[in-house]
Amino acid sequence: MNTDLLFKEEERLVRDSIRHFVDEQVIPRLQLAHRNEEFPVELIPQFGKLGLLGSYLKGYGCAGLGAAAYGLVMQELERADSGIRSFCSVQGALVMWPIYTYGSPAQKQKYLPQLAKGERIGCFGLTEPDFGSNPAGMLTTAEKTAKGYRINGTKMWITNGHIADLALVWARCENKIRGFLVEKGTPGFTARPVKGKFSLRVSITSELHFEGCEVAQDALLPLAEGLKAPLGCLSEARYGIAWGAVGAANAVYHTALTYAKSRIVFGKPLAAHQLVQAKLAKMVQEITKSQLLCIQLARLKEEGTLEPHHISLAKMNNARMALDCAREARDILGANGIIDEYPVIRHMLNLETVNTYEGTEDIHRLVVGAEVTGISAFK
Amino acid sequence: MIKILVAVKRVLDFNLRVRLKPDGSGVDLANAKMSMNPFDEIAVEEAIRLKEKGVAGECVAVSIGPLANQETLRTALALGMDRGILITTDEEWEPLNVAKILKKTVEKESPQLVILGKQSIDGDHNQTGQMLAEILNWPQATCVSELKWQEEECLLTREIDTGLEVLAVKPPFIMTVDLRLNQPRYATLPNIMRAKQKPLSIEPLLNLNNSLTPRIKRLKVEPPPPRNSVKMLKTVEELVRHLKQEAKVI
Ligand SMILES: Cc1cc2nc3c(=O)[nH]c(=O)nc-3n(C[C@H](O)[C@H](O)[C@H](O)COP(=O)(O)OP(=O)(O)OC[C@H]3O[C@@H](n4cnc5c(N)ncnc54)[C@H](O)[C@@H]3O)c2cc1C
Repeated sequence: MNTDLLFKEEERLVRDSIRHFVDEQVIPRLQLAHRNEEFPVELIPQFGKLGLLGSYLKGYGCAGLGAAAYGLVMQELERADSGIRSFCSVQGALVMWPIYTYGSPAQKQKYLPQLAKGERIGCFGLTEPDFGSNPAGMLTTAEKTAKGYRINGTKMWITNGHIADLALVWARCENKIRGFLVEKGTPGFTARPVKGKFSLRVSITSELHFEGCEVAQDALLPLAEGLKAPLGCLSEARYGIAWGAVGAANAVYHTALTYAKSRIVFGKPLAAHQLVQAKLAKMVQEITKSQLLCIQLARLKEEGTLEPHHISLAKMNNARMALDCAREARDILGANGIIDEYPVIRHMLNLETVNTYEGTEDIHRLVVGAEVTGISAFK
Repeated sequence: MIKILVAVKRVLDFNLRVRLKPDGSGVDLANAKMSMNPFDEIAVEEAIRLKEKGVAGECVAVSIGPLANQETLRTALALGMDRGILITTDEEWEPLNVAKILKKTVEKESPQLVILGKQSIDGDHNQTGQMLAEILNWPQATCVSELKWQEEECLLTREIDTGLEVLAVKPPFIMTVDLRLNQPRYATLPNIMRAKQKPLSIEPLLNLNNSLTPRIKRLKVEPPPPRNSVKMLKTVEELVRHLKQEAKVI
């Protein structure tokens, strides 16, 4: 379909440079990282050096990419692994973007340059054990004290949590949802790993505990007030996920295609059988459509007319599309589809998370539903 | 500090399988992904390293080809080159003519060092650098795999059949580079953005008093014959019999 022609020269350059890096430096580590449930922390300085962290912000050592170029970076990272893209999404869209958007000049100066270089790692704590799809119900509180705030509560499923130097925590404060920057080591703040995941094993996931955790006045993000503040961050991250899913789908499709062309069954290549061709053709069809959705999102974002329901539609469509491609690809690989020598099973398992986090598929369907009917089903 | 000129060519991406035009007149490049010739990436990297070491001042990249070559030059700028020159032509020129065109640029830019890839992965000629040195009457070091810059001269190592040969050369000279010289860096996102602001001039190709007449005529381009499937043999006797009777090599 020559969708390449829809990208500008600089956007292709960005994609190709990151693709090179991902192929040579990231993908070769993933089989073991996944097997051992480890995030390749040694890559973080390289992410910083290449400018992958907060790449679309301007100033503070960030590259200032346009929306499509940023999307292509996410696509290439997730072609490696959803966990790798998650790391960069959390750091860029869920920690740096809110500081950039809601933070004071002092907070920006203090944190953004180091976060951009990967010298500090951030995490974003919104979800709680009892409140995922409905963050408005959160129980974590921040009480005003003489010197600042006292935070109490638990956050669950927090990417990068126990390796983070800085946690952006959302809490109820004087009946409004507010964001707080809590540094590692602050008394009353602890984080512990969530183990036993069968999905996103390459990514770090943690539980955060706040027990009478005292922070100073300047830990508060001054401009973030109400649930729309964390939802604004999520829109940024979900935009990246819509692109990332295309990358994961590309990875499983290419693996399945190569495999189907070389594997001989019943005297001819797997790819010569009609049922298999139908599956491969379907993948190409869906990946192409998803990519076109992303390009449109990018152009809307660039002209400033992107709305949350646009992002919901694309996140929902693309995460599901990638998951379906991964399941088909796994099938095409037969027994080889379940072993970690091929990336397919890893992507397939990862995409279960991608379809759930940052708003489940159904929640996004409800966002789109509310937009088309004018009736919100979850209020 | 010296000024460096690096020649970069846009070629079919090395990952792609080559498709031929049905009429056998050449390789089908329609809609194919194109990239910088891998040896030229090494040439660019070496120039940037010399700049970072304080040996080189301005580093200029030059490319000859259609307007699409701007992308290749932009890549060079994103990697760290200072300026790009595109000499536009829709024709594919043979090495001698490329050398003649480059000579003009050398005369205009007066670099003290010109770096080229030892060959481009499409034509595989391995001639342009040598011819450029000849027509400029400059010293040359080809297929360089190691470089040591000293006060006055430069020590260049070449891998040759009998071992390693080290040449000492004084600028100005021509150098063509081999794979082992360095490991090219990745273009960082901030540098890609900065590259947009760097100067890239586009100049038409002047036919240098009609001296660019082609001397090589391409008759036909054919794919290599399909390879026969591998035969697994069980014994040495069988192998010997096959080498004698079928392969007829012993
Ligand atoms: C690996 C991983 C990493 C994560 N990282 C982070 C992070 O860094 N920061 C963070 O804050 N969170 C993070 N999350 C949490 C994630 O965003 C939540 O899991 C997600 O929002 C879903 O919430 P839940 O798990 O509580 O599911 P629930 O909200 O309990 O949903 C369960 C099911 O009910 C459905 N459902 C819910 N409400 C409705 C409704 N009104 N109508 C119909 N169906 C409904 C959902 O679609 C889903 O199918 C992460 C999760 C995972 C798995």
